[in-house]
Amino acid sequence: MIPIEQYGTFETAWCPGCGNFFINKALKKALSTLDLPPHKVLICSGIGQAAKSPHYLRCNCFNGLHGRSLPPAQGAALANTEVTVFAESGDGCSYGEGGNHFLAAMRRNVTMTYLVHDNQVYGLTKGQASPTTAQGQATKFQPWGTPSMPFNPISVAVTMDVPFVARAYAAEVDHLADIIVQAARHPGFALVDIFQPCVSFNKVNTYAWYKERCYKLGQDHDPTDWRQAMIKAQEFGDRVPIGVIYKGSRQPYEQRMVSSVRRPLATSKPDMTALDDILEGYT
Amino acid sequence: MPDTCVNIVVGGEAGQGLVTVGDFLAKALVRAGYEIVVTQDYLSRIRGGHNTYAIRVSHEAVHGPRESIDLLVALDAQTVPMHTGDLSGRAMVLADEAIDRMGHTGLSIPFKTLCPKPMFENIAALGVLAQVLCLDRKWFEDLIAETFHKKGDEIVSANLKVFSDALTWAGSQQAGFSCMPAPGRTEKRLFMHGNDAIALGALAAGANFCSYYPMTPSSSVASTLIEHAQRMGMLVEQAEDEIAAINMALGASYAGARVVVPTSGGGFALMVEGISLAGMTETPVVVVLAQRPGPATGLPTRTEQGDLNLVLYAGHGDFPRAIFAPGTPEQCFEMTYRAMDQSEKWQSPVFVLTDQYLADSYRAVTPFDLSALPPVSAPALATDDPAGYERYAVTENGVSPRLVPGFGEHLVVLDSDEHTPDGHITEDLGVRVRMVDKRMRKGLGLKEDVLPPTFTGDDAPEMLLACWGSTYGPAVEAAQIMRTQGKKTAVLHFGQVYPLNPDQFLPLLASAGRTVMVEGNYSCQLAALIRQETGYVFGATVTRYDGLPVTAGYILKRLEEAN
Ligand SMILES: Cc1ncc(C[n+]2csc(CCOP(=O)(O)OP(=O)(O)O)c2C)c(N)n1
Ligand code: SF4
Repeated sequence: MIPIEQYGTFETAWCPGCGNFFINKALKKALSTLDLPPHKVLICSGIGQAAKSPHYLRCNCFNGLHGRSLPPAQGAALANTEVTVFAESGDGCSYGEGGNHFLAAMRRNVTMTYLVHDNQVYGLTKGQASPTTAQGQATKFQPWGTPSMPFNPISVAVTMDVPFVARAYAAEVDHLADIIVQAARHPGFALVDIFQPCVSFNKVNTYAWYKERCYKLGQDHDPTDWRQAMIKAQEFGDRVPIGVIYKGSRQPYEQRMVSSVRRPLATSKPDMTALDDILEGYT
Repeated sequence: MPDTCVNIVVGGEAGQGLVTVGDFLAKALVRAGYEIVVTQDYLSRIRGGHNTYAIRVSHEAVHGPRESIDLLVALDAQTVPMHTGDLSGRAMVLADEAIDRMGHTGLSIPFKTLCPKPMFENIAALGVLAQVLCLDRKWFEDLIAETFHKKGDEIVSANLKVFSDALTWAGSQQAGFSCMPAPGRTEKRLFMHGNDAIALGALAAGANFCSYYPMTPSSSVASTLIEHAQRMGMLVEQAEDEIAAINMALGASYAGARVVVPTSGGGFALMVEGISLAGMTETPVVVVLAQRPGPATGLPTRTEQGDLNLVLYAGHGDFPRAIFAPGTPEQCFEMTYRAMDQSEKWQSPVFVLTDQYLADSYRAVTPFDLSALPPVSAPALATDDPAGYERYAVTENGVSPRLVPGFGEHLVVLDSDEHTPDGHITEDLGVRVRMVDKRMRKGLGLKEDVLPPTFTGDDAPEMLLACWGSTYGPAVEAAQIMRTQGKKTAVLHFGQVYPLNPDQFLPLLASAGRTVMVEGNYSCQLAALIRQETGYVFGATVTRYDGLPVTAGYILKRLEEAN
């Protein structure tokens, strides 16, 4: 196990009390359990409060554009087998601006772990509704209540037979860390949607709100049973399950790509003899 | 100037196989030692409409397409009336018996008797063409055998028989088209179009990752890469959209891949934020933009040089970039190769601008000498001082040591927000200024590396035609024609359009009597850029934006009108 201190301590730009701190702690714990030294970890993120996360952890970091944590993460994971790839961002970034990338990533199924800080609100831009805000919930920008129905990432992922689908709650640090460990070890695309209280802008989904509703899935839940998983994915109200909702066995993208690709790509040199031969084909 | 060229146009509906006839004939001509320029004109539909495949062929160099037609192959009834006005004095029309030749000389081909099945009509047409053009049948027979061998001997011999029957039939008709002079050359040449050459140039430079979203006329860059992916160990991924394509490429590049992203104007418009990201994170990426008339989304299958301003200004904020604009397939290869190197060397986005005309234009290409290629810059894998490593270390030339993550204890931290030398987000305004200065210093290096424009023709010309990209050939031909009329003429071709180094071209412009910028767009975008950067104003401009390629005839006509 790598000592947690190796992942560093940083000054953050987060509000005191923010749920992001717990996620940061859980991630460090998970990386330590996974025995991944900082230089073997690569985290891509988008833009938002959550997206600053990889800066608050010693690791390789590609902090790119709003909504775009997944495309670079998949590009990096495909190019480089020397690192374990994560993408980490907020719910707005992941399911709003990045919605199409989320859909495509589930289909593509590149081995990587997607950590979504789901605070059901836009934090960095000061409290607008996000794709997971409850219908009718009022915000400063949606004073008459959010008109649209919330997006359910879990049931969409289960529908898409994503190999690893989990829901977690930031304040349950050990539980979350354990889920991240399992996610990173599972071949294929892994989604971990993490409830994250935003103390500044979300006055509805507070620590108390989550604490009252979240319950841990027990032994009686079989994550390999798709139907059971679908029922758990739909459970969202007075009680919300946290834990590994679904585990599938779809073949990861890497096993379906051109077999001659020599990864890591950084060490693959063009075969000029082969190219010469290819050019012959143009005569 | 005696016209030693033959301009062959095959016309018909989409789906009738005119590309098959055209490709076969063009390839046979190249094997036989001739020079060609292919122009493909097609509509944005899969079946029907009126499409043409034009091959201008000569025993000596040809530079661009021409309007007047010497041999018209009509695969449908529309073709003859549509092109009647373009037929040259010696023109011949080759058409099925059932098609009205409208009184033009030519041959009415009894396809029904010559072919056992309608699917053989393309091969029969080739037999007639081989006879009319006095081409050795062996060039065609070899191609037929190579093309159909996978389908079995029976299919090969059936095709060979149709070809031979058609050739014999045409021989008996005494068509009387004058044979072309024999080509002087015998050495092997390659047969490819501009987009093939771009893909091959990228592969030669070590490209091993391509993410793209299909868009005409860039798609064939991706398809050529895909064709060779297995042998070259290249990973090609069709992204969910252009935004994903560029971001995925940047992630791969960051992680150590050599990336190329083909697209067209409309697709590139979506990538613009990603270009800023490449600039800010100093991540190498080569974008190939095949231009077509825009804006949203224009004439999808026609040509234009309308996106220079788009790539020049794409992105928010300031960051350095380079833009190449090859004029021939040879340049497509060389410049894409160079673009890959420059992008890595200066850790900046680099662009290759091509267009539909060049993308689809097959030529006889001098084989590339792979062993003579200069080495391509590469990121390092490791460092002696992993703890002290800073991705954005401030350096004299602005280039910071680029390492690949995962190969040593060093950490590679990239950020789209302003960052400290070690890559972490900062709102320190002093750091901001130092970082902008550092990034922009790379622009000076890119400028020192600029490929000078090529000057061909007479010194101190009375007339200088300036151009960029695919307008090169037509400008050279127009200059040659003016020279035969006793006018000292030269061409200045910009193969790299940004950055510009005025020392490389202002003296040449000053030495000319009259200077004319020729561009395939409405607003003369390169002339405007040169004026902005140097104050130099061209004497006149020739522009074309009707979707067709610039030709020598077009340039000369417009110059005449201007006088
Ligand atoms: C293209 C683009 N559009 C908008 C923004 C502004 N923006 C920055 S963060 C953000 C929302 C962040 O919300 P979320 O992803 O939920 O993350 P949080 O801040 O709540 O952690 C937006 C809209 C941007 N940076 N880029
Ligand atoms: S705004 Fe909300 S999400 Fe952002 S740091 Fe503050 S509490 Fe956390």
